[in-house]
Amino acid sequence: MAKIAISVKVNGVEHTAEVEPRLLLVHFIREALRLTGTHIGCDTSHCGACTVVLDGRAVKSCTVFAVQADGREILTVEGLEHEGKLHPLQEGFFQEHGLQCGYCTPGMLMTGFAFLNSNTAPTEDEIRHAISGNLCRCTGYVNIVKAYQYAAEKIREGGTQ
Amino acid sequence: MTPRTSAEIGGMGHSVKRKEDPRFIRGKGNYVDDIVLPDMLYLDIVRSPYAHATIKNIDTSKALAIPGVLAVITGNDLAQYNLHWMPTLMSDTQMVLPVEKVMYQAQEVAAVLATDRYIAADGVDAVEVDYEPLPVVVDPKKALLPDAPVLRTDKEGKTDNHIWHWEWGDKPATDQAFDEAEVKVTEEIYIPRIHVSSIETCGCVASFDKISGKLTVWMTTQAPHAIRTVFALVAGHVGLAEHKIQIISPDIGGGFGGKVPVYPGYVIAVAASVLTGKPVKWIEDRMENLQADSFARDYHMTAELAGKKDGTLTALRIKTIADHGYTDAAANPSKFPAGLFHICTGSYDLKAAHVEVDGVYTNKPPGGIAYRCSFRVTEAVHAIERMTDIFAHEIGMDPAEFRMKNFIKPEQFPYKSVLGWEYDSGNYAGALKLAMERIGYDDLRKEQAEKRARGELMGIGISSFTEIVGAGPSKHFDILGLKMFDSAEIRIHPTCKVIARFGTKSQGQGHETTYAQIIAEELGIPVADIAVEEGDTDTAPYGLGTYASRSTPVAGAATAVASRKIREKAKKIAAYLLEANEDDLEWEPGKFFVKGSPDRAKTIQEIALAAYTNHPQGMEAGLEAVSYYDPPNLTYPFGSYICVVDIDKGTGEVKVRRFVAVDDCGNIINPMIVEGQIHGGLTMGLAPALYEEIQYDESGNILQGSFMNYLLPTAVETPKWETDKTCTPSPHHPLGAKGVGESATVGAPAAIVNAVVDALWHLGVRHIDIPITPPKVWKALRDAGVSE
Repeated sequence: MAKIAISVKVNGVEHTAEVEPRLLLVHFIREALRLTGTHIGCDTSHCGACTVVLDGRAVKSCTVFAVQADGREILTVEGLEHEGKLHPLQEGFFQEHGLQCGYCTPGMLMTGFAFLNSNTAPTEDEIRHAISGNLCRCTGYVNIVKAYQYAAEKIREGGTQ
Repeated sequence: MTPRTSAEIGGMGHSVKRKEDPRFIRGKGNYVDDIVLPDMLYLDIVRSPYAHATIKNIDTSKALAIPGVLAVITGNDLAQYNLHWMPTLMSDTQMVLPVEKVMYQAQEVAAVLATDRYIAADGVDAVEVDYEPLPVVVDPKKALLPDAPVLRTDKEGKTDNHIWHWEWGDKPATDQAFDEAEVKVTEEIYIPRIHVSSIETCGCVASFDKISGKLTVWMTTQAPHAIRTVFALVAGHVGLAEHKIQIISPDIGGGFGGKVPVYPGYVIAVAASVLTGKPVKWIEDRMENLQADSFARDYHMTAELAGKKDGTLTALRIKTIADHGYTDAAANPSKFPAGLFHICTGSYDLKAAHVEVDGVYTNKPPGGIAYRCSFRVTEAVHAIERMTDIFAHEIGMDPAEFRMKNFIKPEQFPYKSVLGWEYDSGNYAGALKLAMERIGYDDLRKEQAEKRARGELMGIGISSFTEIVGAGPSKHFDILGLKMFDSAEIRIHPTCKVIARFGTKSQGQGHETTYAQIIAEELGIPVADIAVEEGDTDTAPYGLGTYASRSTPVAGAATAVASRKIREKAKKIAAYLLEANEDDLEWEPGKFFVKGSPDRAKTIQEIALAAYTNHPQGMEAGLEAVSYYDPPNLTYPFGSYICVVDIDKGTGEVKVRRFVAVDDCGNIINPMIVEGQIHGGLTMGLAPALYEEIQYDESGNILQGSFMNYLLPTAVETPKWETDKTCTPSPHHPLGAKGVGESATVGAPAAIVNAVVDALWHLGVRHIDIPITPPKVWKALRDAGVSE
């Protein structure tokens, strides 16, 4: 299959590659760039384990072709920590026991990153709707909501986002 | 429980933050699909569109013509090595790849080996299979009719679809109790087929080294040691020996029972690696996972409860048809084909009980695994908790008062149930009382009465469950002959840093933290100084794995026992160092001191160093111990859950307004983790109660084959769980602990159904099968003449 040249900035680093037009963004991230924090959990855009932030918006990278990311900027879970300092969401998940098996966690974090960009004082109901496209089978969501609230408070107090 | 150790040491009772989290929150976990080896090949599987069909021909030519497709493996290829069938955990047989016919939709038909994931998928599309459809049987009751087509034609002399009959209890005594009963209630209860759907699917990377003859398999397994033995037994004839098989269970993205069985994909990947000498990766997608991997439940029960008009229960009788699909691939202890279903007398002091289960073949995927419960305990709890509620409503007694009247009393423990179990400890009334206080039970009943007078539908449901976890004592418990002990091996280095390894395997439960806390509790060594490893059969001691809430009851006990062996040796070393008599030494977390002279002390750190640098003559150097713990009994966690629902008369939608869960799992190792387990378990109890079900049409087509229609609860549907606890330690567990990871999944569904039926009982509704979907409620309301 003919390949197409793309150029994508991922976690601040420019990458160029020749990819098949059918290559999914999630496979590009995981297998070409070897950033395996972004996971795959379903085939139908329901579980959200593959969520990354594309030009500031949370997208499910299993439903985006790599070629669609050409010329754009992506943030994955590996890009959340900044100069050795955890993002407030990462801190929140750790402090509030917001994860168990850890498989949905990167997607939950990236959805949260985009969400808290637009809303740093969310209600519980707003948080629950924000993560309704991310399935977690372990935690029952209670502590994920708390992790978001923890992060929102940190961000309001001037923590980095 | 007030912790005995300081926060720095972090023993039992401390909510220590999890040691596994730093890698997961950075996206640095190591799950099976993250593993890439040089020259690795990809395996993808051709699956059957038919539920029952003869395979007339498999044409692989077009697939093989695709550049990058290296091979197409069929049943005939495997038959040359006698690997086309494999044994199930229940000693039935399952096809790896079929030679003659397929038995369910999505069954493996052939496998494509290619250089790339996408090319393998292209190859799957290009394989042409010629099928001749056969009559399909999806209903297990129809499967038992005399004219039903016999499905297992591979079994010589098999003339029907009946697998086994199992019964337990005293039938004459039970029948007599029913004959004499003042009140009898009967209900048909179906617990539908569901699927664990861990967010990570199943898969493996198999790597065979042709020179050394060593096979290494990274796989999504909850029981790596047992898997190694199974591989050695099944494939010994093709040269695989157990010392040259290494199973590595890396980070696991949720298990819930679905990662206990051996699936055909694993076996094909291993065979492909052995044949090619190259690493082979097989990762199933979600649809394969849902459509082909082991299902849970699928129990058709007829339950009867007998008692007196005053509300005293006397006897229970249950007959069940268990739909196992085309083979019995359940994951139960060998002696118990229906698992621990005979815990079904629950929390009640019954005088007689009898249960029967008949396993049946149908044209559906095999399974019968747990969905986050201990061997059919959810089915048992659902039956007794539903029937208890129906009985209470029938005689017009409040369901809480009714339960209080019939509970096994605290002074009756250890309690021998009529079905033969010895419950270790319990205080059922205590848990229900606390739950009632927490939710404001009396006020809710008043509110319900007021609303009912206005025509509004509100229900309050209780479930006072008893679980049975921690299999199990070797006298009765084995899987394929392997006794169900588990293990801990603890090694203390000279600087008193610790490596500890276990026969279990965490899938999110937080073992790296909780096992370290047990060692911290027993030896006073800070949690930060203890590394926990599991899942590598080359390094970890043998154990049966993590499922059925057995890690704390069995491996947790092994951890305590091994720690205490180390403490015994440490005491001898301390006596030597202090020039004191051993009998004069006392222990407090982290040090031995001479009675009455607290200044004359040796810390565990000083003792560890001495074990390697200055140990007594005549004593072996080093400080380590191993324990293979054979539990004397199971543990019996329990709890009382109360659920409040509001029902929309127009749509039939059930809204869970509040849910209070009071759990008792004995002494707690890490309260934060226990609470997290309960939150998750409750959500996996809500799921089958209201949303999840796998159904098949008459032709055997699966109707919920992806997350498009197999509905896992999201954060929006999931209520804000309210939890509390009582503490009744297990008398036989070294730490007084019980299992907890599954309690909530087991107990929650009945509370929700009981709440819904409680809201509708006055309209003549006695029972609704789960999942309680809006159409079912809507129909029940319309049947009762409720229009809006």
